[in-house]
Amino acid sequence: MPVTGSAAPAPAAPSDAPLVELHGASFGYEDRPVVSGVDLTVRHGEVVALLGPNGSGKTTLVRGLLGLTEHLGGEVRLLGTPREQFREHTRIGYVPQRHSLSASVRATVTEIVAVGRLPHRPWWRPAGAADRDVVAGAIEAVGLGDRAEEEVAALSGGQQRRVLIARALAGRPDLLVMDEPTAGVDRASQHALAGVLATLAAGGTSMLVVTHELDALEDVVTRIVCLDSGHVDFDGAPDAYRAHVVAGAHDPGSGHHHDHEDHTGPAVPRGLGDGPLDPGRVVPRG
Amino acid sequence: MADLLALDFMRQALVAALLAGLAAPLVGTFLVQRRMSLIGDGMGHVALAGVAVGILTGTQPVLTALVAAVAAGVAIELIRASGRTSGDVALAVMFYGGIALGVVLIARSSAGSPANLTAYLFGAILTTSSGDLVVLATLAVVVLVTTLVLRPRFFAVANDEEYARSAGMPVMAYNLVLAVLTAVTVVVSMRVVGLLLISALMIVPNATAQLVARSFAASVRWAVLVGVLSSVGGVLISYEAETPSGGTIVLVTIAVFLLVSAAAAVRRRVRRAAHAHAERHDHEHGRDCGHPALEHGDHLDYLHDGHRHAAHEGHYDEHGERAEVERR
Repeated sequence: MPVTGSAAPAPAAPSDAPLVELHGASFGYEDRPVVSGVDLTVRHGEVVALLGPNGSGKTTLVRGLLGLTEHLGGEVRLLGTPREQFREHTRIGYVPQRHSLSASVRATVTEIVAVGRLPHRPWWRPAGAADRDVVAGAIEAVGLGDRAEEEVAALSGGQQRRVLIARALAGRPDLLVMDEPTAGVDRASQHALAGVLATLAAGGTSMLVVTHELDALEDVVTRIVCLDSGHVDFDGAPDAYRAHVVAGAHDPGSGHHHDHEDHTGPAVPRGLGDGPLDPGRVVPRG
Repeated sequence: MADLLALDFMRQALVAALLAGLAAPLVGTFLVQRRMSLIGDGMGHVALAGVAVGILTGTQPVLTALVAAVAAGVAIELIRASGRTSGDVALAVMFYGGIALGVVLIARSSAGSPANLTAYLFGAILTTSSGDLVVLATLAVVVLVTTLVLRPRFFAVANDEEYARSAGMPVMAYNLVLAVLTAVTVVVSMRVVGLLLISALMIVPNATAQLVARSFAASVRWAVLVGVLSSVGGVLISYEAETPSGGTIVLVTIAVFLLVSAAAAVRRRVRRAAHAHAERHDHEHGRDCGHPALEHGDHLDYLHDGHRHAAHEGHYDEHGERAEVERR
C-alpha cells in the first residue's frame, strides 16, 4: 500500500523542536487532575505507544495535548510552542476513539475525510482541486481507495477507523495522535490497520498511539510509554519493555501491561522490588 | 394553474411556500445530523411571544418574532454548551413560557382574536401581505446563501464536534450561526406552515432524503426537492380543497415520506433476495491485496480462488465464478 505523495505528511519542520514536550504536566477536568507530573517528549520520526490500564489517564493525556481536556499545570509545548499559544492545529492530526461512525445522516468516506482539509482554508472558500487530490491521496493511503464513494456506515469497524485516520492525514499533520485505533476491531481489519500504520511510519509519519493491544502494532512502535494511575511508570524501547514485562513475571506473550490487574479492588500486597514496574524503573530518557 | 397565478394573493402564497420549502429542509439537515430535531419546534413556541409583542405594540409581528426566535436560538445553544443536566428542564421552561406568554398577550391585545392566534400557530398563507413577502424573501436569501457557504463547516461540526475542536475550528461560533439561521427559518416559515408545524417541514423532508440518498450532498438535495414540492404542492391542494395551508403541507410531506419508505423497503427486500455472501476470510481485499481486481458495473470484484468477491457493508458478496467472467 504505497503512500502517495499527496498523502505523505508535511516534511519535518526545519527547527528540531520536539513534536510534543511535557514537563510536569497535569491534565484533567475542572481542577480535578487525572494525570499529573508527566514528563514526555515525542520527536520527529518516533512511533510512541502509550500503554496503561483502563482509567490510567491515557486518553485524558492525549486529549489534553489537543486542548480537549483542561491543562492544569506544568509545561506543555507542541512543536516548540506553548500549548496556549499553539495555533497550527492541523500539524497535529487527531484520530479519536469511535466505535462506529454511523451518524444520524448519511455520509461517504470522501465527505468525512474532506473535513480534515477544512482548517486549511478560510470559511468562505470552497474546496479546490488541490484539496480534492489530498483527500483522495489520504483515502488511498489507508487502503480504501476503491471504497471512497461508499457510505461510511456500510464499512466494517476497522475500515471506519481507517476513515478517521485518513481524515487526520488529510490535514497533513506532523504528528498523528491516535486513541485506541485497534480496539474492538476484527482480525482482518486489525491486520490491515497495522499495515496502514507500518506504511505511514515507514514514510516518516510520527505517531503517538494510545493502545491496549501492543501485539497488533509490535513492528511499528519505536518506543513505549506506560501510564499508571496518572503517572508515567515506564518509558523506553520495545526491547527494554519486553525485558521489563518478563522480569515482572508477566505472561510475555500477552503484550498487555498489567491490564488484568484490578485497580479498583482492594490493593494486593506485594513484596518490595518484585512489582512489575521495578526493574524498568530507571530508564534514561531523551 | 394560469387562473391561479392570476390571483395576487395566490402568487404571493406560492412564493412564500417556495421560500419556506427551500430554507426549512436545508437548515433542518444539520438539526437532524445533530439529533436536535425538535429544536425548531421550541423556537416556534418562543416566536409566538414575539408575535404577541408585535401585535400589542403595533410593530410588524415578523420582526418581533425574529428577535424572540433569535434570542431563543442563542439561549438554546448556550444552555446546551454549558452541558448541565438541568439544561433540558431550562429549555422546557423557556419553550412553554414563550407560548403561554404569546397566547395571553394576544388575547389581551385589541386586535387579538382566536382566528388571529390560529393563523400564527397553524399558518395562514393566504393572508401574507406583499410587505411581509419582501421581508421573508430577504431573510430566506440570507439563510440560503449562509447555509450553502458554510455547509462543509456545519457538516464537520455536527459530524464530530470533538474532532472539529481539536482541529482548531470555532465550534461554538458555527453552532451559534446555525441556531440563528434556524430561528430565521422559523420566522420565514411562520406564515406558511405556522409556528406549531414548522419543525415538520424542517425534519420530515430530511427523513425522506435519508431513505434515498447515499451521500450527505445528495441527501441535502433530496431534502430540498421534497421540501419545495411538498410546500408548493400543499398550497395548491389547500386552495383546491379549501383546507388550511400549514396542515395540508405537513400532511403532504408525511405522505411523501410514507410512500418513499414503502418503496425503499420493497427495494431492500428485492436486493437481499438477490445477494449471496462469500465465505468468511480473515483477509481484506483492496488495491494491493494480491488478488486481481475486475471491474463489475459500478464496483470492483476481487478474484479469490476462482470466485469474484465484492465488498458489501461489513462482508463480501459472491459475484460468480471465474468462468462466468471469461464468458462475458
